[in-house]
Amino acid sequence: MSEEFNKFKFRNEKVAKDIIEQLNNLELELSIMHVCGTHQDTLVKHGLEGMLRDVGIRILQGPGCPVCVTTPREVEEILALARNGITVTAFGDMIKVPGVNSSLYEARSQGADVRIVYSVDDAVDIADKIENDVVFMSVGFETTSPSTAAVIAKRPSENFSILPCNRVVPPALEAILSMGELKLDGLIEPGHVSTIIGTKPYEPLSERYHIPQVVAGFEPVDLLMAVLMIARQVKSGRAEVENEYTRVVKSEGNLKALELLDQVFVPVDVEWRGFPKIPGSGYKLKKEYGSYDARDRFPDILEPIADMEFHEPEGCLCGEVLRGLIDSRECPMFGTECTPMNPIGPCMVSSEGSCNIAFRYR
Amino acid sequence: MCLAVPGRIVSIQGDEAMVDFGGVTRKANVSLVEVGKGDYVIVHAGYAIQILDEEDAKKSLETWDEILRFETGM
Repeated sequence: MSEEFNKFKFRNEKVAKDIIEQLNNLELELSIMHVCGTHQDTLVKHGLEGMLRDVGIRILQGPGCPVCVTTPREVEEILALARNGITVTAFGDMIKVPGVNSSLYEARSQGADVRIVYSVDDAVDIADKIENDVVFMSVGFETTSPSTAAVIAKRPSENFSILPCNRVVPPALEAILSMGELKLDGLIEPGHVSTIIGTKPYEPLSERYHIPQVVAGFEPVDLLMAVLMIARQVKSGRAEVENEYTRVVKSEGNLKALELLDQVFVPVDVEWRGFPKIPGSGYKLKKEYGSYDARDRFPDILEPIADMEFHEPEGCLCGEVLRGLIDSRECPMFGTECTPMNPIGPCMVSSEGSCNIAFRYR
Repeated sequence: MCLAVPGRIVSIQGDEAMVDFGGVTRKANVSLVEVGKGDYVIVHAGYAIQILDEEDAKKSLETWDEILRFETGM
């Protein structure tokens, strides 16, 4: 498929205008949540937020940024490993997330061996080349977790392990809906998470909470089309799971990736930043792969952290942002005390965080 | 972080493929998909996670047309 094909069709202004007009004619007042930083980037960068607001549609970003939902406890765990002489590898977005006293970035400047990797494979390559223990901070939704599972299934070098900080999306959607803090009329589901899990895991939510859901791609017209599909469902009283991103997402998902996840991981109840423990929303490694789990491997370093109490940085409203209760720009620290250069909370650090996105395109 | 980029497979050796992202060629792991040379894939964090199908893309455009036509007719 040529790039021109993509650009011409999926960014077609005429189609975008038609959709906005259709939405205007429907005369609805809707609040719709999505859970994906890449969706937020498209919405803000192309000015879709404002266009939709003008026709009565409010779009909220929920807990859709794996780095942002990582808890202060997990940040402290990886910092403790780094401070204890272990080589720590992480995705670039994770490096500047502030812990209690410092970030990985600062720990590195104080002599810790902290390395940025683009892929889990890079972390395994490092472990192959050095004798020191190497821990990969395994952050990510279902889009990312299969790559970690693929590596663990192959039983890499013995000096390699992961700190599982993975998150599973559908249980978090259920948490948002069951907490009932917001009145939501629809959910835009993340296209690349759905590439792995397919569309079926969303179905119980539509049944239980009578909420329309549409899986969407990442071009401007994809998102507008998803909003129109939700609006049409609302108008006709339906609450179903529809797929707008059919060019990539299959209803059954990526079976190979799902098998690997099942082979290596077991679901566990974990906290998300801003949320209490969400049942089945995280992973740990199965017993037979336990030697690759940093929490089993370095209990002396990590067990004390399990009993510690953590709080959000003072004044930080990342929790409220992640639950969709406030817009990033409503946080008193936004763009003043808290900027990408000097972030207080993770939503300002990650390029997928709504504060960072709002700051970049302000 | 769930950003994934489409590219075309130039060559494959085992689980590793060279993928052309519009002029820039990078290594990607293809163990999660069944692919061959010339296929378009979506790559996330160094792993191809799905095949991108031109026929499916055309179909999704047709679906859009249908939705818009339906709305206009309402």
